[in-house]
Amino acid sequence: MNLSEYVRHLPDGNLTRQTSFWHRLHIDPYLLLALVVLACGGMVVLYSAAGGDMVSVYRQGIRFGIGFVVMVFVAQFDPRWYQMWGGTVYILGVMLLVLVLFFGTGAKGAQRWLDIPGLIRFQPSEIMKIAMPVMLAWYLSRYGVPPKYRHLFLSIFLLAIPVALVAQQPDLGTALLIAASGIFVVFLAGLSWKLIFTGIFLALSMFPVLWLFVLREYQKQRILTLFDPTSDPLGAGWNIIQSMTAIGSGGFNGKGYMLGTQSQLDFLPESHTDFIIAVLGEEFGFVGAMALIALYAFIIIRGMIIAIRGRDNFCRLLAGSLTLTFFIYVFVNIGMVSGILPVVGVPLPLVSYGGTSIVTLLAGFGMLMSISTHHRA
Amino acid sequence: MNNGSLNNREQERRLFMRRMSAAFVILAVLVLLLITRLAFLQLVDNARHEAQSERNRLEVLPIPPIRGLIYDRNGELLAHNLPTYTLSVVVERTPDLNALFDSLSGMIELNDEHIRRFYQRLSALRRPFEPIPLKLRLDEEEIAVLAANRVFLEGIHVEAELIRQYPYADAFSHALGYVGRINEAELRDLDRGLYAGTRFIGKQGIERQYEQALLGKPGFQRVETNARGRILRVIEKQAPQPGADLHLFLDRRMQEKAMELLGDQRGAIIAIDTETGGILSLVSRPGFDPNLYVSGFPTSLFNEMRDSEDKPFLNRAVRGLYPPASTLKPIMGLGAINDGTITWTDRILDPGWFQLPNDDNIFYNWRRSGHGLVNMIAAVAESSDVYFYELGYKMTVDRIHDIYNQFGFGKITTADVFNSAAGINPSREWKRERHGFSWYAGDTINLSIGQGYMLVTPMQVAIATTVMANKGKWVTPRLLKDSSDPSLLENMSPPLPDVQLRDEADWDRMHRAMVEVVHGAKGTARGIGFDAPYRIAGKTGTAQVIRIQRDAEGVPIGDVPDHFNDHAWFMGFAPAEDPKIAVTVLVENGGGGARVAAPIARELMDYFLLRRDI
Repeated sequence: MNLSEYVRHLPDGNLTRQTSFWHRLHIDPYLLLALVVLACGGMVVLYSAAGGDMVSVYRQGIRFGIGFVVMVFVAQFDPRWYQMWGGTVYILGVMLLVLVLFFGTGAKGAQRWLDIPGLIRFQPSEIMKIAMPVMLAWYLSRYGVPPKYRHLFLSIFLLAIPVALVAQQPDLGTALLIAASGIFVVFLAGLSWKLIFTGIFLALSMFPVLWLFVLREYQKQRILTLFDPTSDPLGAGWNIIQSMTAIGSGGFNGKGYMLGTQSQLDFLPESHTDFIIAVLGEEFGFVGAMALIALYAFIIIRGMIIAIRGRDNFCRLLAGSLTLTFFIYVFVNIGMVSGILPVVGVPLPLVSYGGTSIVTLLAGFGMLMSISTHHRA
Repeated sequence: MNNGSLNNREQERRLFMRRMSAAFVILAVLVLLLITRLAFLQLVDNARHEAQSERNRLEVLPIPPIRGLIYDRNGELLAHNLPTYTLSVVVERTPDLNALFDSLSGMIELNDEHIRRFYQRLSALRRPFEPIPLKLRLDEEEIAVLAANRVFLEGIHVEAELIRQYPYADAFSHALGYVGRINEAELRDLDRGLYAGTRFIGKQGIERQYEQALLGKPGFQRVETNARGRILRVIEKQAPQPGADLHLFLDRRMQEKAMELLGDQRGAIIAIDTETGGILSLVSRPGFDPNLYVSGFPTSLFNEMRDSEDKPFLNRAVRGLYPPASTLKPIMGLGAINDGTITWTDRILDPGWFQLPNDDNIFYNWRRSGHGLVNMIAAVAESSDVYFYELGYKMTVDRIHDIYNQFGFGKITTADVFNSAAGINPSREWKRERHGFSWYAGDTINLSIGQGYMLVTPMQVAIATTVMANKGKWVTPRLLKDSSDPSLLENMSPPLPDVQLRDEADWDRMHRAMVEVVHGAKGTARGIGFDAPYRIAGKTGTAQVIRIQRDAEGVPIGDVPDHFNDHAWFMGFAPAEDPKIAVTVLVENGGGGARVAAPIARELMDYFLLRRDI
């Protein structure tokens, strides 16, 4: 049997034949369905979180519209294109991050935005969320896996530059996500377990240094608050106490749609952005939270299947990293809102109100679809 | 070659598969962790969080009661509650505090002190979106300006609050007292449930004496609030019970008249309705503006007043202690008649001086030439010191102490005058206890003319005058005439036992002696009696502060520093035949009682008696 045909037929031969319509459109129907359900469900919760304000839902809908168009557009390109342009976008992204360092604008002491007046206003760190896994997947797959030490070192270097630039803005949440996307590529490429554990050990031992020299006062406060939210009940602890109360008071069935007192009476801060899961937990209870987690699990497992079926190392590494990073969004967000992780600015993916992350995330899913529907010629 | 490439790819594929499996396991563990956490919050700990969420949402707010009003005997308001307006800022809704202060200072008067205190309050513990006071007591113009510009001033908040107001300022400062902010010591002792939502407490005078009744009982409302503390819905409400209104015996016009009569002098005036014991007038001068205590005394002014030699914070009427001097001669005389020491007709030679047997010390009469042979009536009318030296010497301290005791000296007999002084009615035991010495005969001689150890308050003299006017019948001296809370009147302390004389006619005889003081040809206070349309019974007194050189009429020679000058006393009642009012006047360092104090008493009596006759 022809080798390439064997490879193609093994994993998803049946699927390919049955859904050739979707295949031609380069869309993964399972993923699309799950994403649409998530987006619609998210907007239902958002309507309640925004206190019945249709304008927020309308704007969020526009973002999803743009996001899905971008997703379908990105999916049309063969993964080879990403391989080809990855390096260029990465370098461009780093240059923009350096520009932010000097010309960036923002609020609350953070400098995150690049503003070309009258033209466009965006966060270059968002580009990096995509560019980073593409760049590393390309770089590591080029020399074969598992990577050799010198490739590893260069990878870590490529990873550290943008992460450091984003972390100093400061935008700890985004830096964390970019770092995760890069680390996942290295991990999936077959970094030896010995090195992984050494790395974890080093990271833990670096913590005191980080605490003393790198973390800012408000970040330390957030970590301290995690261990004892009541130590500062009206300051840093306020958010976390209120979100835990909101989720906890939801019980098994929840208080009912639009009836959550914590969120409707404004006790819950950031209820339509980072803390939106607390609204869901309060109004739809444990059942609602489990439904959301199940939906996320479905998306992540689908992403993992696409990654495993990837046609080559680049595709596998990229798809795997995008999927695992998506999980990190979910885990860090739910973890912080439920009070087991410090508060870092990570939105609940595709549910939290906010523009750029939706488009970036859906562009990532576009790449996953491209990988799942483009086969070796 | 082709085969090796395949093996290589297969290996890579397998490696990736293994890694993905490892990742899957880790993910599964982490997802389980999240599910456990959510299950813990929502299922295990649900009750606690639900309770917390209810506590968040529902708040029990106290509704402070409205403090009772205080009226005078004619229904004129002496203390009431006025709404005042406070400007507060909600910091969370203010984009730029400094810009807000800048624009505010363009509209209302706002100084650095306001802003400093604002930041002080801001740094204290508070909940988010709580309004922080920036300026208290806005005037009407400021309220209007703020209302008009509200839309431009993000985060401001104007709040109304009831504040105690005393319309007659210093005329009533000592009688009514005042309320002030609850201080830390008071906060420790008081019942916090009763004072929920109340920031003021009675500190002195009537406000303090009847604090419980004036306060009332707070109500509450259970409300649903949002995180900003804004009330969205009232779920349950219990109205507060307002404080009891008080109607006093005090007469606003007499009080102001008395204040006016004292003028710039330091002193006290008390007038008592002899029939009821109701205090018609209670004045101590200088006073102060009690409204300053409510709004907060400016520190510099407070220090200045506290350190002033005029002692404006001293309530001279009930706290000032003075030697009674000759004012008590009628009382002592009655005691001597009653216990048989002397009769009405017995005469004693007053040569102008007195000497105890076996003693070199000479006690002089106030008029060096003396009064000649005098009986009781003349001795009272002309205020012969020597007559009473002799009387005292015969009576001894024990019987003098006894009669003064029956007239209420050395103890507090008022029912509801806050923080009264008991004064000193000396006795042998008292001296031994207080000074460690036994009683000397010379002490008795001093006591006979109300000097030496004896110290009284003007209120005590006024009460004794009332008892004298009532021929020994005691009525409880008090301020409260009527109240919306009747229990206050029921709990009024009963009067002292009446003063019983062996011969009831002795009262009339002593009244006649006191009438002689005012209307007799030789009476010390004849200056106020000759043109009076009614008859006054009275007695003058001139209390020595220190021993100074005097002329033959007892008037000090040369320039005497003001605070060494004698205290002027007058006590009396009128009309003499059917007493309606008892008046006591004390003018601190005023000089002679006849010249200074008596005319004031006469004018006040005119004001009370003639005004009603018209």
